[in-house]
Amino acid sequence: MLSSLPGVLFDGIAYGSLLFIMSIGLSVTMGLMNFINLAHGSFAMLGGYVCAVGMARLGIPFLATLPLAFLAAAAVGAVLERSLYRHLYRRSPLDQVLFSLGLTLMSVAAGTWVFGSGQQPVHLPAFLLGQVRIFGIDLGVYRLFLIAIVGLITAALVLSLRRTRFGARIRASVDDAQTSAGLGINVGRVFSITFVLGSGLGGLGGALAIDVLGLDPTFPLKYLVYFLLVVVVGGAGSIAGTLTASLLLGLFDVAGKYYVPAIGAFVIYGLMVVLLLLFPGGLRWGAR
Amino acid sequence: MSWRPAEIFFWIACLAVFFVFPLHLVLASQVVITGLFALSLDLVLGYAGIVSLGHAAMFGSGAYAAGLFAKHGWGEPISGLIVGAAAGAAIAYATSFIALRGGDLTRLMVTLGIGLMLYEAANQMASITGGVDGLSEIEMRDLLGLFPFDLGGRTAYGYSLVVLFGVFCVSRRIVRSPFGLSLRGIRDCARRMSALGSPVRRRLIAIYTISGAIAGLAGALLSQTTQFVGLEVLSFSRSADLLIMVVLGGAGWLYGGLIGAAVFMIAQSLLSGMNPVYWQFWLGLLLILAVFFSPGGIGGTAVALRQRWFGRPT
Amino acid sequence: MKPTCTILGAAVIVMLFPAARASAEEPLKVGLVAEFSGPFAGYGKQIHNGIKAYMKQHGDTVAGRKVEIILKDTTGPSPEIAKRLAQDLVTQDKVDFLAGFGLTPNALAVAPLATQAKTPMIVMNAASSIITSKSPYIARFSMTLPQVTAPIAQWSAKNGIKKVYSIVSDYAPGIDAETAFNKAFTPQGGEVIGSVRVPLKNPDFAPFVQRAKDAKPDAVFIFVPAGEQGIAFVKAFTERGLRQAGIKLIGPGDVVDDDVLEAMGDPTLGIITTHHYSAAHEGPENTAFKKAYAEANGNGSRPNFMAVAGYDGMAAIYEVARKLGGKLDADKAMAVLKGLKLQSPRGPIHIDAETRDIVQTVYVRRVERTKGGLYNVEFDKFPDVKDPGK
Repeated sequence: MLSSLPGVLFDGIAYGSLLFIMSIGLSVTMGLMNFINLAHGSFAMLGGYVCAVGMARLGIPFLATLPLAFLAAAAVGAVLERSLYRHLYRRSPLDQVLFSLGLTLMSVAAGTWVFGSGQQPVHLPAFLLGQVRIFGIDLGVYRLFLIAIVGLITAALVLSLRRTRFGARIRASVDDAQTSAGLGINVGRVFSITFVLGSGLGGLGGALAIDVLGLDPTFPLKYLVYFLLVVVVGGAGSIAGTLTASLLLGLFDVAGKYYVPAIGAFVIYGLMVVLLLLFPGGLRWGAR
Repeated sequence: MSWRPAEIFFWIACLAVFFVFPLHLVLASQVVITGLFALSLDLVLGYAGIVSLGHAAMFGSGAYAAGLFAKHGWGEPISGLIVGAAAGAAIAYATSFIALRGGDLTRLMVTLGIGLMLYEAANQMASITGGVDGLSEIEMRDLLGLFPFDLGGRTAYGYSLVVLFGVFCVSRRIVRSPFGLSLRGIRDCARRMSALGSPVRRRLIAIYTISGAIAGLAGALLSQTTQFVGLEVLSFSRSADLLIMVVLGGAGWLYGGLIGAAVFMIAQSLLSGMNPVYWQFWLGLLLILAVFFSPGGIGGTAVALRQRWFGRPT
Repeated sequence: MKPTCTILGAAVIVMLFPAARASAEEPLKVGLVAEFSGPFAGYGKQIHNGIKAYMKQHGDTVAGRKVEIILKDTTGPSPEIAKRLAQDLVTQDKVDFLAGFGLTPNALAVAPLATQAKTPMIVMNAASSIITSKSPYIARFSMTLPQVTAPIAQWSAKNGIKKVYSIVSDYAPGIDAETAFNKAFTPQGGEVIGSVRVPLKNPDFAPFVQRAKDAKPDAVFIFVPAGEQGIAFVKAFTERGLRQAGIKLIGPGDVVDDDVLEAMGDPTLGIITTHHYSAAHEGPENTAFKKAYAEANGNGSRPNFMAVAGYDGMAAIYEVARKLGGKLDADKAMAVLKGLKLQSPRGPIHIDAETRDIVQTVYVRRVERTKGGLYNVEFDKFPDVKDPGK
């Protein structure tokens, strides 16, 4: 079975990359604002629908819908943050869970009402279909594309966090909001902008995920577990931690399903429990 | 044990359901069973501060244990209840060592993970549990040899109500005891409690196990009154709905779970009949409004209103 | 307390009074217990649409009684809700028939109720073999999984497919399909070179499809629940290049359900399945059915196998009412249903007198693009197939 290993690794990394881009927004929000936002999947779903509807009804090419998905989710995130989220930053985790769960339910109902409960088909452009043969292994073109995009975005995120002033402000606010405010950093604005960015990335992830995970109105609830898994295991607020957790979980999920399909579904939950026992605070390490 | 007049009224109203809604006793018995399940979560959530998204694990274990017990052995109801409670307690005890570690979020995820794994396990062991098709042909003997489980749900309702009342009285005792008070202390500040010499971990394991037993009891009641066990007794949505019910009713108040369960299930039954999409939408909206305008759920709001109108502290 | 007791007692009597009036002009009530919301919403909708088509064609009165359909939503695989709804239908609404049942667990939970309340239960979708054995008052008008799966095994063995890799969803119907295929394929000289059971809520089929590809079979046998899982699977199958590698895709017709076939698009072309109904089936009954269906449910909507089961189930209910002159008795109803022959839009069907299960023709079809869109075009058939699971 070793000959299949490179293929499985590749698939696992692709799946992990997808998990990363969908969850990174949630991770930063939870790490920065200590806000458990279970409605994050709704932003991903919104991005997905923007992509599907854009392609099917407005004829917009796939690649062009991606930035649109990002912007739409970011815009909605901005509105919600201003009006609702910011009043709940100091509330108990239970209140936050309930609020975001309520928001999720409303989004699922809205999705069902507007789009119907069926799957949204998406037809990728021809150049993203099929497989290519590299070093003797067949690699899916779309998965290569996923890995490439996520790599670019991760690089952009890390660079902007380390090199820009805004990035420094975010890092400071994550480390210690009180002191940062004392130093004159407008922590409220940092929160808002980060939330908007995080939601936008979620939306982008949702659009990218349609081909792999499908899209229907129950998307936010179905994949909620995976996002939370990634964030909690990786450690909220840590990009490197979230990336590691996404890749690990993606790899183990795919490998589990390939090599031991009988217990494939267990693997990911079992792994989560094990990792949480070993690292109760998450895998956070290194760069923020 | 002092019973306030409002409480006495509550229990009499429950009895009156026999006469006022004789055609809805099946729904009523399922409300009572869910109320019992909510009570179990309230004990750990409201009184001990443990946020669990996996309580269905104990509920489902109790349901399967009682169901298998009746199917393969002995259809006597009361012994089935004991088996169910024992199963729930066993699962709770076994998982308490990992579920109670870490902070709120970790506990949330670990309890969720355990619930999901148990669901998968039950699906895999389809030869025993029936898998997705469920466990059917459970034949129950007459309750106490006198009351057969009838089509109209009368026996089911009476049976569930009596069990609920019994467990409620026991829970009341627990929360008013020194043990119960120490739990509230742990919920509010665990560090201080252990500085006071309170065995925090042991207490938490104890209440978690008791809660598991009650959840298992509720599960057993469900399989006995419906004569069926479906895989969804272990599902995530059961745990999530339960959390909503407890918080809506008011966590930290024994009636909170009962009232939350009643309101939730009756509203769901009415609204789903009209249009299922509406139900989800309004439930979501209700949750958001509840968080903004009435934290502490129905119970909290009732207390706040009472203070405002009557100026009486609780 | 005494006056209150009297008032309560009076209230009870008033509530029970309507039930005491039973007359022959009372409507014929059919309780439809199915999924109308959640991930299986399409099931209840199609069944109900089929029923509406029948009533559009044949009117809503039979044997002097007006037919009334009472809908109850189980919201998904929720046996306790299904049982409670059925209990309500039987005790409060006093229905003459229980019908619908899109999912096996829900049907199994309600079965003992049909016996206890002596109400005939018409199964219009649930496909596990054991269902009809759970109560003497059950008659099935849909199909069983082994019934529609065995033929594909027989056809494949006769048509040059020797090595098959099997992928099924890990739940009772999936395992039934896997077993039924094995049992029918191996004696014909075929070999199942590998098999895998996929978790029921699986989002991504890629690793499983890759495993199948690596085993280099002649064909992949697939069974997943109709709808979302079918879409995800076909996508993975196409994406991994199995078709280019010359591997065929075979299975029972659930994966190319008429309801979603058009939305699945070109990746489905060439898939060969066996099933008891295709919307493209040629025959006067089907033409009339499709016309009535479009009139009752909006033009452009396509019936699928669940709709035709709803249609035929209603046909049976009407037949029972006619034969008994509107006076319904459960045992007499079952006597009419046993051995009942109907010319259905799918072809000729009859209900086996002993097992009360459906006996019908199973067709071999291939997905092709026709003038009207993507359809399962029939090109071979196996007549009078009984459920091999009994």
